[in-house]
Amino acid sequence: MSRDAENREQFRPEGHENEHFLLTTVVGSYPKPKWLNRANDLAEDPDSKFTQEHLHEAHDDACRVITREHERSGLDTVVDGEMRREEMVEYFAHRIPGYEFNGPVKVWGHNYFDKPSVVGEVEYDEPWLVDEFEFTSDVASKPVKVPITGPYTLASWSFNEHYDSEADLAYALADLVNEEIEKLVEAGATYIQIDEPALATTPDDHAIVGECLERIVAGISDEVRIGLHVCYGDYSRIYPELNDYPIDEFDVELCNGGYEQIDVFTDPEFEPDLALGVLDVHTTEVETVEEIKENIKQGLKVVPPEKLTVSPDCGVKLLPREVAYQKTENMVKAAREVEAELDAGEIDLDAPVPQAD
Amino acid sequence: MTELVSTTPGLYPLPDWAKQELSDLKGHQKHDLISGNEGADIVSAYDRAREEVVSEQTDAGLDRVVEAQLRWDDMLAHPLTVHENVETGGIVRYYDNNNFYRDPQVRGELTFSGDVAAELDATADLLGDESLQAVLPGPYSLSDLATDEHYGDEADFLGAVSEFLAGEVDAFPDHETLFLLEPSLVFSPPGEDVDERVAEAISAVSDATDADVVVHTYWGALDEKVYAHLMDADVEAIGFDFVAGDRDQTLYNINEYGTKDDIALGLVDGQNTLVEDPDTVRERVEWTLDNVQSQTFDTAYVTSNTELFYLPENRATEKLAALAAATEDELEVEA
Repeated sequence: MSRDAENREQFRPEGHENEHFLLTTVVGSYPKPKWLNRANDLAEDPDSKFTQEHLHEAHDDACRVITREHERSGLDTVVDGEMRREEMVEYFAHRIPGYEFNGPVKVWGHNYFDKPSVVGEVEYDEPWLVDEFEFTSDVASKPVKVPITGPYTLASWSFNEHYDSEADLAYALADLVNEEIEKLVEAGATYIQIDEPALATTPDDHAIVGECLERIVAGISDEVRIGLHVCYGDYSRIYPELNDYPIDEFDVELCNGGYEQIDVFTDPEFEPDLALGVLDVHTTEVETVEEIKENIKQGLKVVPPEKLTVSPDCGVKLLPREVAYQKTENMVKAAREVEAELDAGEIDLDAPVPQAD
Repeated sequence: MTELVSTTPGLYPLPDWAKQELSDLKGHQKHDLISGNEGADIVSAYDRAREEVVSEQTDAGLDRVVEAQLRWDDMLAHPLTVHENVETGGIVRYYDNNNFYRDPQVRGELTFSGDVAAELDATADLLGDESLQAVLPGPYSLSDLATDEHYGDEADFLGAVSEFLAGEVDAFPDHETLFLLEPSLVFSPPGEDVDERVAEAISAVSDATDADVVVHTYWGALDEKVYAHLMDADVEAIGFDFVAGDRDQTLYNINEYGTKDDIALGLVDGQNTLVEDPDTVRERVEWTLDNVQSQTFDTAYVTSNTELFYLPENRATEKLAALAAATEDELEVEA
């Protein structure tokens, strides 16, 4: 069963202009300022005087800049754009005892990934994200969302040398994610997003992801909003099973496919809140406010407005930064305009999108 | 007595320095991938990388040395993606791995290319007494990975791909063994009508060489009917995946339908960094051969189940040593 998703009201900004409230958010990653890439290169260069401390300071600066950029776009919840992360598995594997790195492996062409190996029991040592959450919270005036790579993806995108099965490894990692979320909640976090892109490639494992989520939310207050992001797959392979996941919100990428798959979620009734991708992150063309409003209305085919969250399809890190900003700003404007139209009763909730003949 | 021959199915990871150097020279995007007419700097980097990886195999003492297919950016689709009458489309998933290749869209006749022969010529020049093993995708897998925009009919396309591969093999320098990799026979098995043509297609390639030909399958057990048809192919050995596969089904196929006089055993995991101990590999060889009640073999090729490019460089190299050490002595098999 889905969790009680009543916790979204806490993200409604003070003095929100409309009665309706479509929570606007992002998936996580954002283009890095060019100087940060240069700083990363310098920190790796043994001949450079640029130290890890300098790099840490550069990361702090980048997080400040991007968090504020998110706020300026009008988002209701913000992230730091994952400025400290280069890759979504490596970042966590470096912080988990039990992992080791042997070198890069090919993904495609000359794109490589430092795929880690699990060589012993995975353990919880130092907190993974608490420091950066506290830093971003200090910078931000809006609530901060924390994206965490999910245990199923951490397991699937590693070499498993130790556990009897990938599922056993995923469950062990899920317990660690649970511990991390407890620490984040203690530090004040109210919005957590679990990223499980690996589920899209192996949808038959949806029950393993379900068991992982049960472990992840064990003992976590209902006040804390838990989202799950899965992108670039055939959603019919995991629906309606995902209705049983203990989450508040399911975040999907559908804009890229022109909402071809939206009807998958209409029957049976969609249980968690829907966080709908309304920006295509693989095109540099900036969607207009009008286009985005039509995309948002696609979500109203699945859930009522009080259960609809609006976000880009996926992380926007591959876009030019000014394009990422413009898209985000248009997305927020579109959400506010749809709210106003809902207030005015101008949207027919039984048929929010004109039907094709 | 069964002679144990240590080998690999090729497609090695690039040495780490070459990953960096070639990534700088070529770039990271789809249109930056190998075209078949690369410039001198790129050719030179691949030549140096090939020399290194060939030495690693001879140093390890492998019985067969492969070119290592370091240029094959598109993995098994490579022989088509560099062909002049093939256009490359979008990036598509390579089986169910977190790997991607350019979709080869065949737009015209599959004429002779010579791309793979040139790689093997360069490898032969590096070898002394060592035995060269050529590697190609099998005709079924290559046609399965491609999109046909020219021949129109699935059977005709399979025939055209096998003729193309036969023409390529004909231009190869002397080689002791030819491995034809056929993972698609497991992953997306041929349907009715096509399944019986697969053996013909493979035989057409096999007939182009005097070398011993091994059709190697992986990522599971072959469907019983597919296997029965495959047994009609004119090859010296069929290869089986005893790591990722359903071993019982594989043993059932072998015992029920028999197999060729030689066999290839995929016993070292090409997709996990855990390096097998040579004794473990040896035990697996013995266990497997003990469980084939129906026959004994002249030659058993001992190999990783899959290509090696999934691994980091250090672990791939260590696996070569394990394979070589496991096959040092001949095997006494009790009849």
